Amino acid sequence: MVRFILQKFLFMLLSLFVLVTATFVLMNAVPGSPLQREKAPNPQIQKNLEAFYGLDKPLIQQYGIYLKNLLRFDLGISMKQRYKSVNKIISDSFGYSLRLGIVSVMTSVVGGCVLGIIAALYHRRFLDHLAMVLAVIGLAVPSMVLAPLLQYLFAVKLRLFPVARLEGPLDYVLPTIALSSVSIAFIARLIRTTMIEVLHADFIRTAKAKGLPGHLIVWRHALRNSMLPVVTYLGYLVANVITGSVIIEAIFAIPGMGKFFVQSVIDRDYPLIMGITVFYAVLLMVCRFLADIAYALVDPRLRLQAAKVAA
Amino acid sequence: MKLRSIFTAMLVLALVGTMLAACSGSSGGNKDNNAARSGNTTDANTGTVNQSESGSGEAANKEAGGKSAGEPKEFRFTISSEPPSLDPAIFTDSQSFLVAVGLFEGLYRLTPEGFSEPALAESYEVSSDNKTYVFKLRKDAKWSNGDPVTAHDFEYAWKRALAPETASEYAYMLYYLENGQSYNAGEASADDVGVKALDDYTLEVSLQNPTPYFLDVISHHAYWPVNPKAVDGRPDWATEIDTLVTNGPFRMTEWQHGGKIVLTKNPDYYDAGKIHFDKVTITMVEEASTILNLFRTDQIDWIGAQAGTIPTDEVQQLIQSGEAVVQPVASVYYYLFNTTKKPFNNVKVRKALSMSIDRQAIIDNVTKANQKPAYGLVPPGIKGADGKMFRDMYPDDYFRENIEEAKKLLAEGLQEEGLSQFPETTLIYNTSEGHKAIAEAIVDQWRKALGIEVKVANMEWGTFLETRSAQQFDIARAGWGADFNHAINFTYDLIHSTSGNNDGRYNNPEVDRHLDQALATNNDQEAVNHIAQAEKIAIADDMAVLPIYYYTTVTMVKPGFVDVVSDFSGNLYWIFGDKQ
Repeated sequence: MVRFILQKFLFMLLSLFVLVTATFVLMNAVPGSPLQREKAPNPQIQKNLEAFYGLDKPLIQQYGIYLKNLLRFDLGISMKQRYKSVNKIISDSFGYSLRLGIVSVMTSVVGGCVLGIIAALYHRRFLDHLAMVLAVIGLAVPSMVLAPLLQYLFAVKLRLFPVARLEGPLDYVLPTIALSSVSIAFIARLIRTTMIEVLHADFIRTAKAKGLPGHLIVWRHALRNSMLPVVTYLGYLVANVITGSVIIEAIFAIPGMGKFFVQSVIDRDYPLIMGITVFYAVLLMVCRFLADIAYALVDPRLRLQAAKVAA
Repeated sequence: MKLRSIFTAMLVLALVGTMLAACSGSSGGNKDNNAARSGNTTDANTGTVNQSESGSGEAANKEAGGKSAGEPKEFRFTISSEPPSLDPAIFTDSQSFLVAVGLFEGLYRLTPEGFSEPALAESYEVSSDNKTYVFKLRKDAKWSNGDPVTAHDFEYAWKRALAPETASEYAYMLYYLENGQSYNAGEASADDVGVKALDDYTLEVSLQNPTPYFLDVISHHAYWPVNPKAVDGRPDWATEIDTLVTNGPFRMTEWQHGGKIVLTKNPDYYDAGKIHFDKVTITMVEEASTILNLFRTDQIDWIGAQAGTIPTDEVQQLIQSGEAVVQPVASVYYYLFNTTKKPFNNVKVRKALSMSIDRQAIIDNVTKANQKPAYGLVPPGIKGADGKMFRDMYPDDYFRENIEEAKKLLAEGLQEEGLSQFPETTLIYNTSEGHKAIAEAIVDQWRKALGIEVKVANMEWGTFLETRSAQQFDIARAGWGADFNHAINFTYDLIHSTSGNNDGRYNNPEVDRHLDQALATNNDQEAVNHIAQAEKIAIADDMAVLPIYYYTTVTMVKPGFVDVVSDFSGNLYWIFGDKQ
């Protein structure tokens, strides 16, 4: 098991190195520069700025400096927000995205499971159809439509929730719904499909035959088996959701990380592009790693295999 | 059966939970519901309140009257993002400016109309050759750390902004100082720069050339002072509230990065009687529809003039209902011709393209915010000489739209260039719905008027700028806003052959000569006259660029606010505002 983890870790480092290099090359290959302005700067000022940011050095040297700083976990300072360190920008904004993301992941899992189980238990009956219509709507309506709609309806017309910003607990309601609608629907459909299949399996019949109460069958046998694809999906979902959504953040004025994915590229803010990419990559890798472990925990077959390998 | 009851219970719980949340939400949210929403608007130029709907106006007065004198006055607006910097020597954007203008103060400041008025300067004397100014500073101004604001702080700040290692983008605003440019280039030492504190409250400034508009320039934020104790050895001093030392009428009391900034009235401000707002809350909101929703739910008091925008599809209706008003902005929207490329090197072709479009139709049907058609470069709102506006002295009647004439010119121009038909041409713009709509409308007008096909292509911002400055285009969108209130800013920068912003590479020695003379003279009238000559040659004779319209901004303000206005350059001017 230790060897397995070590192997995974080394592979992560290697992928990270490849990613950093590729991003660095691509970002410099794109036309435009962080120092470009609509009003062209005077050549002298341009020179001073280049010297200030070290952009006057040859690319290979800039790359070396970047790698050296990266080893010390120093992502440099932003070229758009002068003197603000990229570490600080990420840590300031990540908090918001993380909090909203966690609430959203929990909502997705709980909401998706409830809808999925209901649909599976009432297979081909009214509740099933209702749940699946909701799921189709959730999948089909993009957040850029849903979010302004929710905002207009519940914040402006009904005044039940605040329009924007993330301060009190109530502020989470609308952005969470907008952010989770797709994943709720996705999870609900996953659960429904696998559960219908599991409910017809022989071992469920056995469990029923030996007189196990219905809720225990669902809880112990059916749900557990149906959770496997959800856990796989969660690894991706968590990494995706906690790094923030450009659209949701813009509409609900949440100072999260999502907008930097786009804005840093538009600004050609090299250190921020690199910082965000590296941060996201590490997060994604860690999440997938954790999902692998979680997989083993939920699926006894995999746990047995792992035990055998370890032995 | 048991299973079913469990799920019924869960569903009920979920429903009750939502309703509970909804109820507690309504009690919080409804509080502000009664605040009047009315069609009252504040006239930018006079600061008076016009009531466009008497019914709602009354409600507004009641609401405003309900607030007793003792109640703190708060003003709330939005900016689109975290201010990139609040360091006066560093920031270059309007969002930072809207915050910093409350925090810092220089020798002079600009009024909303764009005229200089003394701030920290008490008086000045100027030498007969107009090259040396001696400023007397007021003695009662203080930094937020308790230090007095002295002439030494100005000397320190100006030299710091010019130092090559500071790498200030606005350093060129200080090139007017003697040896300013050579110090910025590392060719002179800091001691050579023409600024010297003669004592704590006397500042001597020597200029490179006599500059008739120096008092306008000096109100620019690159000339604001900084506190040497706070700044020395702390390049990041202006990024956190704990290290930020300011001297303006307001102080920062909260800075939630990316979220909001709260400013409160500075109790030590020397002219505290002129400051009426106790608290100013600036939230960072990007999305136009969200900003309007915040305004509608009474969570902000102002939209427009760089402090948020109104969604384009709502503008027309809000203007008609009187809830929003249109204000002129000293900026010009135009298209660049690549004058180094056939057939745009030919003046007749350029004239034909410019004369064959219907600017008013574009404004009425596409941009829809009552912009003013542009037939010149210098927008209304920019000063001329002797207290008169430049455009009042020299109207921009440099050409007329005339399709017949344009057809003739195009045929002649193409013949002169030896072309049998109009060559394949692309009009580029940076990606934006607004630019796209304008480009398509103009191309359509060209097709109808001249029978020519022009393609449109959008480009991502960075790519667009690079393409444009490398002359890899035929026709390109451009816009220009005022750095300070003087016509030279719209001529020298755009049409002088040596300007870095002359991306069409227009080059006429006669124009250059007029502009150079405008800079060399110390007679304001003469300078303005040279500028007008240069503009006339560049547009009437040469059609160096294709002017389209002068910008406007659409603003909305809650009833009861006075003296919060859009200034001449289209920035919200709020520091002396009041709530009645």
